[in-house]
Amino acid sequence: MIRNSASEMASKLASGEITSVALTQAHLDQISAVDKDVHAFLHVDTEGALAQAAAVDAKRKSGEKLSPLAGVPLALKDVMTQKGIPTTCGSKILEGWRPPYDSTVVVNLKKNDIVILGKTNMDEFAMGSSTENSAYGPTHNPWDLTRIPGGSGGGSAAALAAFEAPLAIGTDTGGSIRQPAAVTGTVGVKPTYGGVSRYGLVAFSSSLDQAGPCARTVLDAALLHEAIAGHDPKDSTSINAPVPAVVAAAKAGNVKGMKIGVVKELNGDGYQKGVRARFEESLELLAAAGAEIVEVSAPNFEYALAAYYLIAPSECSSNLARFDAMRYGLRVGDNDGASAESVMNLTREVGFGREVKRRIILGTYALSSGYYDAYYGSAQKVRTLITQDFNKAFEKADVLVSPTCPTTAFKIGEKANDPLAMYLNDIATIPVNMAGIGGMSLPSGVAEEDGLPVGFQIMSPVMKDDRMYSVGAALEAALLSKWGAPLLSTIPALAGSK
Amino acid sequence: MTSLSRDDVAKLAGLARIEMSDEELVALSNEFTVILDAVARVQEVASADVPATSHPLPLRNVFRPDVVIPSLSPADALSGAPAQEEQRFRVPQILGEE
Amino acid sequence: MSLTYEEVVAKYEPVLGLEVHVELNTNSKMFCGCSTIFGAEPNTQTCPVCLALPGALPTVNEKAIESTIKIGLALNCSIAPFSRFARKNYFYPDMPKNFQISQYDEPICVNGYVDVEIETDEGPKVFRIEVERVHMEEDTGKSLHVGGATGRIHGAEYSLLDYNRAGIPLVEIVTKIVPGTGKYAPEVAKAYVAELRDILRSLGVSDVKMEQGSLRCDANVSLRLIGSDVLGTRSETKNVNSLRSVERAIRGEMIRHAERLNNGERVVQETRHFQEDTGLTRSGRSKEQAEDYRYFPEPDLVPVAPDAAWIEQLRAALPERPSIHRKRLQEQWAVPDKEMSAMINADVLDVVEATVALGADPAKARSWWLGEISRIANEKDVAIKNLPISATDVAEIVALVNAGELTDKLARQVVEGVIAGEGKPSAVIAIRGIKVVNDDSALMAAIERACSGQPETAQKVRDGHLPAAGALIGMVMKDTKGQADAAKVRALLLAHLGQSEG
Repeated sequence: MIRNSASEMASKLASGEITSVALTQAHLDQISAVDKDVHAFLHVDTEGALAQAAAVDAKRKSGEKLSPLAGVPLALKDVMTQKGIPTTCGSKILEGWRPPYDSTVVVNLKKNDIVILGKTNMDEFAMGSSTENSAYGPTHNPWDLTRIPGGSGGGSAAALAAFEAPLAIGTDTGGSIRQPAAVTGTVGVKPTYGGVSRYGLVAFSSSLDQAGPCARTVLDAALLHEAIAGHDPKDSTSINAPVPAVVAAAKAGNVKGMKIGVVKELNGDGYQKGVRARFEESLELLAAAGAEIVEVSAPNFEYALAAYYLIAPSECSSNLARFDAMRYGLRVGDNDGASAESVMNLTREVGFGREVKRRIILGTYALSSGYYDAYYGSAQKVRTLITQDFNKAFEKADVLVSPTCPTTAFKIGEKANDPLAMYLNDIATIPVNMAGIGGMSLPSGVAEEDGLPVGFQIMSPVMKDDRMYSVGAALEAALLSKWGAPLLSTIPALAGSK
Repeated sequence: MTSLSRDDVAKLAGLARIEMSDEELVALSNEFTVILDAVARVQEVASADVPATSHPLPLRNVFRPDVVIPSLSPADALSGAPAQEEQRFRVPQILGEE
Repeated sequence: MSLTYEEVVAKYEPVLGLEVHVELNTNSKMFCGCSTIFGAEPNTQTCPVCLALPGALPTVNEKAIESTIKIGLALNCSIAPFSRFARKNYFYPDMPKNFQISQYDEPICVNGYVDVEIETDEGPKVFRIEVERVHMEEDTGKSLHVGGATGRIHGAEYSLLDYNRAGIPLVEIVTKIVPGTGKYAPEVAKAYVAELRDILRSLGVSDVKMEQGSLRCDANVSLRLIGSDVLGTRSETKNVNSLRSVERAIRGEMIRHAERLNNGERVVQETRHFQEDTGLTRSGRSKEQAEDYRYFPEPDLVPVAPDAAWIEQLRAALPERPSIHRKRLQEQWAVPDKEMSAMINADVLDVVEATVALGADPAKARSWWLGEISRIANEKDVAIKNLPISATDVAEIVALVNAGELTDKLARQVVEGVIAGEGKPSAVIAIRGIKVVNDDSALMAAIERACSGQPETAQKVRDGHLPAAGALIGMVMKDTKGQADAAKVRALLLAHLGQSEG
């Protein structure tokens, strides 16, 4: 039951073949069985999930019209507030904090009767590409437990690959949905910036953060996308326009006559051999499905990483200032006679991990007087150039494609002491965030040399998210007929797995 | 080559309100030499004629009407407080003065 | 060595800079829907946004933008076609996000001015105060310091924070430097703040209550030798919470600076706090090492680009400038200068105007407010405006006196009763049983009783036989124990029976 796709689960629920309580329980059992090894979850809300499932079953019994994913369980990245449920963002500084309010994404999930199983592990405050920066220990990649599941949303991606949940919510600031999807053989979508409300998403970098769906199939991602997207008056940067018809696009999966642009700069040197092979193979399949493959150039993408590591730290240095031990969260050093200032300093020393501090200090520097123009100001200009590159490329192509990451999953600990090497993981995903456009990663097979999953990235213009679903669904169908079974059916079995 | 001394990092840590050990300051100062070289590349293309982008989308004038919405209950508002007294957040003595 | 003010201004020229913070009177906060009502129980007007809970996002109050544009227009500013919010980063426990959403290099209003007129040795003189910018920001929470001897921050053991005020919309009005006011500097500053207050009140955008902190003034003062072009080091005095304090604080700072300079000491660039009790300032945080606020555009909000049509619509709806308005009233009412000043000083001009608008004669309205009501206010030692009597009450009383239904003496009793909280004038009259002998309704009741008691006589009058009215009038006079005015009774009776004299 837990190995089905979310849409298969949904039809079984709709036909009465299974109940949401049974389905939810099956996932809770799987979590109990495998999460000691995977560590995808930081908090499992057994009681809440079963209560929500029972309520959906009762509604269904009474004949109420339900949304397409009603009763299907989901794993929520621990960066989203859910009323009364611990929300840590993978940080010590928020240990024990229970938000008194729901994020808009959670409001929408509840409205759609999607059952929330619990909160998933992540790099602290979404800063990282491996989930090793979680204060609560790393998550392990279900394909190979000695390897990273990507990050920052490694918990959500691993939960999908370990069949602990068929759906998950991620957030993507520089690739935190797409890169984990790539290295775990799952699907992850970063919608257009402003497509999904950020209200209740604990901010890392406000102008880059975007929540999105994680799933095992393109259609499942589309169904979840429609459930959580839409205008929210609580988020001033939310787009007030209809949600692109992503479900219809995913169902049709039609690429006939579409122009698919291969970004010259996001391929080649520095990309693992097996990654490139899978990418070429996917391009051939898309061409065979009727798409026209063209090459496009985006010369300024080479500056994207540098700009990103100025903009994101700058915004985070300000966003994370609120964690000061005064109103919520950890408080350290509140001894007799201690001052508020020293308590703030000590709490932030103890409460934040290494990478978070590194970025706060970097951002503080980039914004400081005398350096603003050289760093933050210049980075904002690079942002303009990247957007211009995308605009030009989209004149030649309907969507752009690249490998999602240069490599497959690396070993836990392998890059922990080399921040720059770690940052290079996001080289192909970052431009999308800089321009605020949509991006998707879906599995394109495994690399021959290591047998680990490789991701295929599709990028679509602002609010044309439906295009990446069309291409994604077409490629997924072509790959499925080639393989005969979904990629995840080949994942090694975890001990105790159902 | 841009670099930050241990003291530069200490000053930034002060602005960012993070206590740091000497060891940590030195380590960060070393890392920043590498990181700043990498990020300073943005200056290569950031010429004066390029406008800055601070918002990914060209939105303007997003307002809400001046209507009162119910607040949190004081219990909810104070639910995360490390310490409270008289329905207020209790904090250690404040040294500085605004 | 202590100097007199005259000695100071003989040698030095003061240069001023004034920053006025105004709390707007919107219903909800600047960036969230929490109520802004003053004096609520602590932390009852807070939400995820104004408490800066993780994940919360700000949204802009449209009314606050509108009010700020109105202020800019009233201060002769240009309204920027494109402006942005920026984050001002610094840590302080009363500021939940540890940054303030403010405006930095792209404020909404720039380059305005305010003219103020003050009395000088050479007669009335106009000083132009140039306004550099008007921008939007948000207020902080309030801290209560516990354990210190004086309840002040120094020596306190801990503090208690109430965030009800956090996020209330603030508008900051910043002047350019103001040179050339010489010895009148304190008066010019006071007149400027008073004029601002009047303008803001006329716009209806703020309560402008300095004592409640809805209008706060920071005064920057520096001195330079007369004839010099070089600006001196300035101090910034905060907590200046009344018009009188503005004048005292600036005068005090001028003397303090001059004494230091004369003694060969440096003036320290710092924040100082005005002490209402002593009239002196005390040193606050030193600004020797300038704060690095690391301003950057607020990524959670989008730019404000008011369209020209909106601005013109607001401009067209601006009320008359208070100073011009006063001149016009003075002409209309034909009031001598002295009385006009008396009304302004007593802060009753607007309430007199309201009373006149309700139909009262200007002279009468003025004399009630400046006379009896003012006397009671003095007696009780409260501001006239804080007495529980309104323009409507006074207009009603004036009307009753005009109609001859209250004598001046009785009217004073009514005023006293209203102020004593006995209710509206009609209620006071009823409760106190103030005998209003010419009360038409009482008379009419007596007339009706007389007519129904003597229907035939009444019919005679109806038929035009007027002398028959005498008997009925006699009955009414008897009924009212002789307190009624016979002539009035006759007129009312004849009207009641469809007749008229001659």
